This record gives sequence, C-alpha cells and structure tokens, in this order.
Amino acid sequence: MSLFWTIAVLVVLLGLTWRFLGSYIAAIYQGRVHYLEWIERPLYRALAVDPEAEQTWQRYAGALIVFSGVAILLTYLIQRIQGSLPWNPLHLGAVGPALSWNTAVSFVTNTNWQNYAGESTMSYLTQMVALTVQQFVSAAVGIAVAIALIRGFSRKGSPTIGNFWVDLVRGVLYLLLPIAFFAGLIYVGQGAVQTLAGPVTIHDALTGYTQVILRGPVGFMEAIKELGTNGGGFFNANGSHPFEDPTALTNFLSIFLMLSIPVALTYTFGKMVGGIRQGVAVLMAMAIIFAGWTAFTVYAESRPNPAVAAAHVVPQPQGNTEGKEVRFGVPLTTLYNVVSTQTSTGSVSGANDSFTPMGGFGLMSGMMLGEVTPGGDGSGLYTILLFAIITVFIGGLMIGRTPEYLGKKIQSREVKLAALGVLVMPIVVLVMTGIAVSVHAGRVAPTNSGPHAFSEILYAFTSQTNNNGSAFAGLSGNTPFYNVMGSIAMLLGRFAIIVPVLALAGALAAKSVVPAGLGTFRTDTPLFTGLLIGVILIVGGLTFFPAVSLGPIVEQLSHGRLF
Amino acid sequence: MGAKVEAMQARPAAAPRGVAQARSLFDPEILRQALVGAFGKLDPRVQIRNPVMFVVLIGSIITLVEAAAHSSVFSWSITAWLFLTVIFANFAEAMAEGRGKAQAQTLRRMRADTEARRLDRDGTEVRVPASTLVRGDIVVCEAGDLIPSDGEIVEGIASVDESAITGESAPVIRESGGDRSAVTGGTKVLSDRIVVRITADRGNTFLDRMIALVEGANRQKTPNEIALTILLATLTIIFLPVVVVLQPFGHYAGASVSVVILVALLVCLIPTTIGALLSAIGIAGMDRLVQRNVLAMSGRAVEAAGDVQTLLLDKTGTITLGNRMATAFVPVSGVGEQDLADAAQLASLADETPEGRSIVVLAKERFGIRERDLGAGHEFIPFSATTRMSGLDIDGRRIRKGAAEAVCRWVAEQGGSIPEALSEIVEEISRSGSTPLVVADGARVLGVIELKDVVKEGIRERFDALRSVGIRTVMITGDNPLTAAAIAQEAGVDDYLAEATPERKLDLIRAEQEGGKLVAMTGDGTNDAPALAQADVGVAMNTGTTAAKEAGNMVDLDSNPTKLIDIVEVGKQLLITRGSLTTFSIANDVAKYFAIIPALFVTTYPQLSALNIMKLHNPKTAVLSAVIFNALVIIALIPLALRGVRWRPSSPGAILRRNVFIYGLGGIVIPFAFIKVIDLFLTAIHWY
Repeated sequence: MSLFWTIAVLVVLLGLTWRFLGSYIAAIYQGRVHYLEWIERPLYRALAVDPEAEQTWQRYAGALIVFSGVAILLTYLIQRIQGSLPWNPLHLGAVGPALSWNTAVSFVTNTNWQNYAGESTMSYLTQMVALTVQQFVSAAVGIAVAIALIRGFSRKGSPTIGNFWVDLVRGVLYLLLPIAFFAGLIYVGQGAVQTLAGPVTIHDALTGYTQVILRGPVGFMEAIKELGTNGGGFFNANGSHPFEDPTALTNFLSIFLMLSIPVALTYTFGKMVGGIRQGVAVLMAMAIIFAGWTAFTVYAESRPNPAVAAAHVVPQPQGNTEGKEVRFGVPLTTLYNVVSTQTSTGSVSGANDSFTPMGGFGLMSGMMLGEVTPGGDGSGLYTILLFAIITVFIGGLMIGRTPEYLGKKIQSREVKLAALGVLVMPIVVLVMTGIAVSVHAGRVAPTNSGPHAFSEILYAFTSQTNNNGSAFAGLSGNTPFYNVMGSIAMLLGRFAIIVPVLALAGALAAKSVVPAGLGTFRTDTPLFTGLLIGVILIVGGLTFFPAVSLGPIVEQLSHGRLF
Repeated sequence: MGAKVEAMQARPAAAPRGVAQARSLFDPEILRQALVGAFGKLDPRVQIRNPVMFVVLIGSIITLVEAAAHSSVFSWSITAWLFLTVIFANFAEAMAEGRGKAQAQTLRRMRADTEARRLDRDGTEVRVPASTLVRGDIVVCEAGDLIPSDGEIVEGIASVDESAITGESAPVIRESGGDRSAVTGGTKVLSDRIVVRITADRGNTFLDRMIALVEGANRQKTPNEIALTILLATLTIIFLPVVVVLQPFGHYAGASVSVVILVALLVCLIPTTIGALLSAIGIAGMDRLVQRNVLAMSGRAVEAAGDVQTLLLDKTGTITLGNRMATAFVPVSGVGEQDLADAAQLASLADETPEGRSIVVLAKERFGIRERDLGAGHEFIPFSATTRMSGLDIDGRRIRKGAAEAVCRWVAEQGGSIPEALSEIVEEISRSGSTPLVVADGARVLGVIELKDVVKEGIRERFDALRSVGIRTVMITGDNPLTAAAIAQEAGVDDYLAEATPERKLDLIRAEQEGGKLVAMTGDGTNDAPALAQADVGVAMNTGTTAAKEAGNMVDLDSNPTKLIDIVEVGKQLLITRGSLTTFSIANDVAKYFAIIPALFVTTYPQLSALNIMKLHNPKTAVLSAVIFNALVIIALIPLALRGVRWRPSSPGAILRRNVFIYGLGGIVIPFAFIKVIDLFLTAIHWY
C-alpha cells in the first residue's frame, strides 16, 4: 500500500475509533459498562477494595505509587529468579541486577526501553508474566490518570477524583484486554509466532547449514505492545522482525493500534466535560503537529543520505534506504517510526540511527515536544492538557479575563502544577544528557563520534524521560551507568508528571464552575488550537533548540545545507 | 521631543483636581525621582521579590567577576548592559510609583496640623490639635473651619467644600441624620455650623488610607499577578539548565564556551521584559483608576473588575438623568393642547423642582409660551405630601397639577366631573413607564402632562458594548415593575430589579454569585452596605455614608455611578497588558536564539553560521546586540506598561486575534529587525 492510501485508510479508521472507542472509554470510566462484572467483583474482593468508595487526589496518587512500586519489585524479582522458574526452554539464567532494575522501571513506566535482546535474555515466563502484564497495567495507569484529570474538569466542588483501583481494573478488563485479544488473533493469524515450545533447529541439507530459530509467545504480546503504546518487543529487532510484524496488514495494524487509544481519548475528554468540540480542538492540535512532523520526516528520508551522496558510490533513487524495512519501503518504515516516537510507543520498524540527520531530528524533536501528538495512552492527553492550561492562562490574560478552562478558574495553584508538569521533562533530559557527556562512563557508550554521538546520548535520555523507549541505537546502553541513569529519567518522566497532574485534578475538581458567557475565552475554536500548537512548539523549541543544534542540525549542516 | 517638552512646560500648571492631577506620563519631576529610585531598588532584599530580575542581577555579578578576571571590551560591555537591564526594570517600577508618590504628597499637605474645637461633656469648647482626637470625640465646625477628622454630623446642616478630595468645586450639603451625614477630614465647612462625632482613629482616617493607597505603601501582589509570577519563575527555572548544560555540551563537542556569553544567553531567554514591567503594570493600573477619581482599596478588586459578568446599576443617575422631564401634553377632549400647556406652565412657574422647570421648558418649546411676570394678586400653592399637588391661584382661576387621584378628588370637591377619557390617558402613560400629572382649572380637568424618566444619551450603546464582551447589566430601581420594565427596555439593560429593597439587592447578588458570576455594584446608603460587601466589586459613592464606604472595596470620589463601566475597563486593560507583554517577551526569544547560538559555537562548528540568518557582523556584536535589545526593549515598553494596552469592547476572539498578531507575531519579528540595526550600529562605530 502506498503512503497516501495508508494514511487515507488510517484517517478513516481512526475517525471511526475516535467516535466509537472514545465514547466506549467514557462509558467504561463512568461505570456504564458491566458485562465483565463476574470477573470485576471478585477482583475487588481480592484487592479488598470498595468499588463505590471514591478517593481524594492524595489517596489516588498514593494508591498509584504503591501499585507501581510493587509492580517494579515484582518485575525485578521475576527477572532475577527466572532461572529457577518454568517456561524457560533456553535455560536462561538470572538477569543482572542493574539491567533487571532498568527493565522493571522501564516496563512499569510504560517506557519499554530495552537494554537487552529479549529472545536471548528473558525466559518465556519473564516475557509473559513480568513484561506483558506490565504492558497492560502500565497503559491502564496512564489512562486512569487522564480520566482522573478529566473528572477534575467535569466535577463541581468535589473532594474526590475517582477510585484508582476501579479505574485500573476497568481499564484493563473492558478496554485493553478485549482489543488486545482480537488484535492478537490477527497477528497470530498473519504469522506472528505464539508458542511455548521453544526454539526450532533447522538443518538445510543442501547448504549444510544448521540454523536455530528462536520463537516464543510473540503474537499477543505484539498486540498489547502497540495498543498500550509500550513498544517493548519480544525480539531485539522489534517491529522489523518478521515474527513480530509478519505482513503489510500487521504493519498497518501496528500503526493503527498505537494511535487508537491516544486519539480516542480526546473524544472521551470532550464527552466527559460536556463538549465534543473541546476534544476536537485538542485533537486538531495533536493532528496538525503530527502531520507536520510526518511530512518533514518522510521528506527527509526520501532524500539521499548526504554522507552516502558525498561518497559518490551509489545513486539513491529511493531516498535513504539504509536501515529501512525493505518489505514495506522507505515511506512506510518512516511513518511507522514517526508514529511510534510520537505516541510514546518506541517500537521500531527501521533503524533510527540510520535515518538522515534531519530524519533523526524529526523523530527526536517529536518526543521533545512532550509526547503529546497524540502521545501515549493517557499520558498524551494529560500532558497536552497541561499545555492547554498554560495556553488558556496566557490567552485568557490577553482578552482581559482571569483565565478559565472549561469553566474552572486557572489561578496560581493550577498554573504552578501545570508549569511543574511541563518543566520536568526538559530539565531531566538536559541535565541527564549534560551529566552523561561529562563523565567517562557516559562518553564511551556511543559507537559513533562527533555530533552523531551527541545525538545518540541526547536521544536516549529524551526517549526514556518521555517514556517512549525507542532507541536511536548506536549506544551501548547496558552499563551500570546508563541502566541507573536511565531508570531515574524514566521514573521522573513518569511520576514527577503524574503526581502534579493528579494534584491538578484534585484542585480543579474542588472548584465551582464559572458559566461560559460571551466574554469567555473559548477553547473549542481553531484560534485556541492554533495557540495551543504555538505554546507546544515554543516551549519545546526554546528548551531544546541549543541541544539539537549541537546534534542533528550541525550534523546535517556538515553536509552543506539543511536539505 | 524637544518641542513637545517645551509645549508642556509652557502650559500653565493644571489646577489640582482632587487626587487625580493631570500629569504627563513623563513629568520631569517624576522622571528625576524615578532615576534615583532605580538605584535605590538595587538592594538585594528588594530585588529578590522579583525572581526574574534577581537572576539578571546575579548574572551581571558573574560577568563582572569574569570581566575583572579576563578583562575585555566585550565582557565589560556585556556586564554594563546586564546591569542596565536591572536598572531599567527598577526604573519602570519607580516611574509607576512616582505618580502615586506625588499625589500622596499633595494629600499630606492637607493633613497638616489643623486645630479642632472639641466639645467636652460639660459643653465647654477646648481647642486641641486634630491629631489628638480619638473616636467618639465631639467637635464643632463653623464656616471657614477645616473638618479635623472623619465623622458623622450629629447636629446641624452645612455646605462643605470637598474639592480637596473629590476635585469637585461645587460645595455639597451635609446634614445630620440620613445618608448625607458623613464628613471627611480635610474638607472645609463653607457655611453654617455643625457638630460632628469623630468616627475614625488617628492614622486611620479616610485621608490616611487614601495616602497609603496612592503611594502603594502596603501593595500586595494580586492573585493573578502571583499566578503570572509563578509562570515566569517556571520559565526562568527551565532556561537555567538549558543554558547551564551548554557548558558540558560544548565541552563534549570540543568547544570552550564563554561564561559571559552563557550568562548573556540566559538573560536574553528568561522573560525579562515582562519580569521588569510586571509590577509597574499593576501599580499603573491602580493609578489609572485614581486618575478617574476612583480609589481601589485593593488590587484584587481591580483585577476582579475585569472579570465582572454582572453589573448592578442604579436607575437614577446612572441610566436615567435622575429627574423626570415633561415630554408631552395630553389634553382631554374639548380642550386644546395649547390651553393645557398654558395652564400647566402657569401652575409650574413658581415650581423650582426639576420637573416643574421641565414643564415650563416644554411649554416654551412647543407653543412659544414665555415665562411671564404675574404681577400682584396671585398665590402659589406649594406641593405638600398631604395634598400631593401644587398650583397657582390667580385672577380667580385655581389651577392645580398633581397625582391623578389627588387632582380628581380635588375636582370632585369643586363640584366638577371627571371626563371618562382621563383614566385611559393616565393608564396609558403609566404603562409606558412615565408619570402622569393631571392638570385642572377649577372644576374642569384640562388634561395630563407626561413626565418621563429620560434615559441618558449614549447609554444604550454602552450597554450593547458591554453585552458584546459578555457583561450583563441589571437595572436596580424602586419603581413599580411596569415603569421599570419600560425604562429597562428603553435603556437596553438585560434585566431589572423593580421595587428594590436592600434585602432584594443582596439576594440578587447572592443568586448571581451562586451561579459562579462576579458581580459589581454601586451604592451610597448605609442600607447598601451589606450588598456592597457581598459584591465582588463594590463601589461606594464618596457622598455616601461611612458604612457604605467601609463596606465597598472602591470609593468613587466623583460619586458617578456610570464609573462602574470605566472600572471594568481598567480591570480588563490590566490583565490584557500583562498577557500581551508576556507573549511578547517569550516570542522575542526566537530571534535571540538565532543571534546567540551560532555565535556560541561558531569556532567549533563553523557550519552553524548558517543559522546566523540576520547576518550579524561577528559573534561578539551578535551577542551584545541581543543583550542591548533585551535591555532597551524594557525602556521602550514603559509607556505601554503605564498606559495599558488599548481595550475596546469587542468579541474575545477578535481581541485575542489582534493581541496575538501584534504581541505574538510582532514579538517574533520585531527583535530580528532591531537586533540587526543594533549590530549595524556597533559595526559602524567599530565597537568590536
């Protein structure tokens, strides 16, 4: 399928899921869907949770932190003792402590940064029980936070923002499990492997070669990997391995699944705050930036690789084909990687490191905008709403009103929390990169030198802090230094934003609502969308301009010009 | 500029008009004081209150150390301009404060030691300094005396010159009892004698509070100002690591990064423009109210004024001229209109009430009936509450005008009959919101005069404008619902409260507020006090009682209820100015990046000069140009900060588009041009 038709079909399908999945998600979290009550109720009893009891934001955040903390410990523990556990046909031993820690944090924070090759490091049990389980629940946690923030907007004078345990359970049961199950069937049907039988050994009588082909429970993991915007694949090669992404259909399905929930959540948002147009305004900001970045990156990759061109060895009529998934071609591989970086998924269909400097810039800068276009499950929506609050604050001032968003007055507490949520990411990325380029352990990791090596380090921390998980590659990340630094970046990038968001939800929920009038700054108009785009680009641009000019921009300029 | 200054000096000094004195934005005296103040504010304890400018100050100290260690023209120039940036910010604030300080000085002179004539319990009069008076003391004031302190008249009536406070030269009548019994310290008794009970303690009189207010002595940051400061501090915090990590980043690339340039970059990136002007904007907003003769007791109230969604306006004096005017003569059948006019004019000749005067005027306009000398042999019958009519007995004619019921009874007593059509005419006029006045000559009913509440010219347009920005107007009146509805329709208000009592007013405010709306109102009587206190913006008329003035959060010295609309405008302007300059400040960063980043790394990565899209002469001129622009833009925007961004009622979308265009897009484009110009200048003088 050509790029044009892929995008056309994608837009139509996403339009449908936006409308119907969006309202279904609202129904889930408003407690209007009950068909799985027979599993739900025993679960609450087992967790000793009263599903009717609502939580204040402090309790909600507390439950979330406790849950995530326990999840990290369990995931760590399983990796450490996998050698004594069943479903380990390759008899893989315990994963090292630093790597186990990094991986545990990575999957619990929905990052799925992988400092290991899955097929030769993790047992089937670890892949399934430790990693895949986290791919479900970490996505559910992100969506729960977004829903809590939406409740903050839609409630009036309420001390509570929902019940974390209920939101978590319902998200997994009603949303992620059913979709992942059906998508998993398609993956398996198309040829993604799904077996516990271990590797097969094939002897080619003609050539005399003996080949060991590694297999495992891949197909269903693949579904939640994309649907949950996780990105952690079974194999090291991730989406470019034919057992993960066997056909053009699964390639398309992967792209669609990554975008489905983050896009649909804007409808959920509009529906729950009582104005679909509010959701459309936010979606349009996401879509316009996404479209711009896609066009830019696809264009950059359709151009010859400047380094290859300079060597005058081969003509490059297809553009920059190095590291691309040859089955799908340059444009579709690029589209996959753009979608994956901008949805905070991080799975790859081609090698990011082999992108042209400008193409790499497209991928990297997409994340630097804060993973809001459309971002990860839940995290994309709650982060863009932080930007929306700042937009409303400045825009509201410019029309002479104390700013309000969806009837809630935006005062110093809200500005403080929104600003805190927005500033965490750039500060962590820059400071971590600054440390890494200053110490020996950090400087030796890149396999390249010069600006490209700088890009590799910068990309690593951008990806981890934004809980994306894609790697530029070319960086030997499995060292104690990068394992520990990366885990700090991932934890801060996740929880140092979630906690202010929940505090914001609490502050907003407690407020009364100012009725909208003629003098109100409208947040459901193209003008607002434009301003929101402006704020996202300005904040991202101003914070990362110096850094990217020392990485991809200078690398590209070394070849004479920007294109 | 020179000619302008001359013109200003040639003009005779404007006579002081209350608190508000006509002063140019660049009054030389204020300028001089502000220059001194700019340096005085360098005290770190003062400076730390403004986090953005504090960072600039620290930065200039770092570059100073750097310049002292490795002296160069470049590092000294940067240091000087960073220091100037701080000075310019202080200067902006001092300028804004200057006007208030000057006004406070004038007011202080009024407080100068007056002598009070205190009445002791035994009735003896003792002369004591005004400053020794305490609450509860009784003092006597006679014509020519300054009233020593705030108080309540307990005995007597006097005309008082309040121009010192209100600027209004016409004397006002103050009398014991009722809503006109409050007097203000510092005002002057022109006639008669009054006995006043002091109601304010020393140091807490209206005048004292006024001085503190215009001076901004205990100015506190308003909620919105705090929120904006947080946002600006956040931006500053973000840019700190952005700049600091350039050191290791540069080192990794093999470049040696100049600390001076890093500091310059930081200062250019953090929102210094709005940071420097923020407090000046707030002070100037309060000051603009003072210029309109309104004293805001807190900045919070000014901010709230911009958010007001419902205005409660008293009908009388705000919406209508306050006096009913004769607008038509409606005769009963068999009587000529001119005859009716003639009789009505006769009956009103001696009636000095505005209604009476308007009948005479109407008769003249319509039929050319001139005022005439009645000569001897006539008797005026004045209006009384029992007869409810007035009139004239002349040459045997007994002409009466008054309320329909009263005149009809009088006609019946005279043995006359009431024409059938009369009740219809009377009802018709009542229904339209006017007041019917029946005229009778002896036993014969002549007809009806229509007295109309005349709506002020242009008020309808003003309400329309308010409606377009989402402000609802509610007319408050004691009239019956019928009259109220008619006037409400004519004036174009959105709603009305008829037969209003203080309780109903209070209920209305509460109901609006429960819906989340902010309410503004004016009031003057003691019974308005609860409503004034309940309203988000309560403007007390200066003619009102002490209770009203204490309950409200603003006092209008002109006692002009239409002011409420001005107050809303000032509130909006205040917020718009903040928002616009914040946008401008942040938008400026784009150009500064393009000036400084190529300069910073050009030795290591010469290819980065492709980003030098302004084609600045060399790295040093590029950085210095950006720093100079960053400093000068503060000075350039001081007038805007003090005057406020223009606000005209229009849809929020239109206002936003306009401001985003000017301050957002303009903020991106303008610095490119100016940095280039400064760079050309630096190149021309061979500074580098």
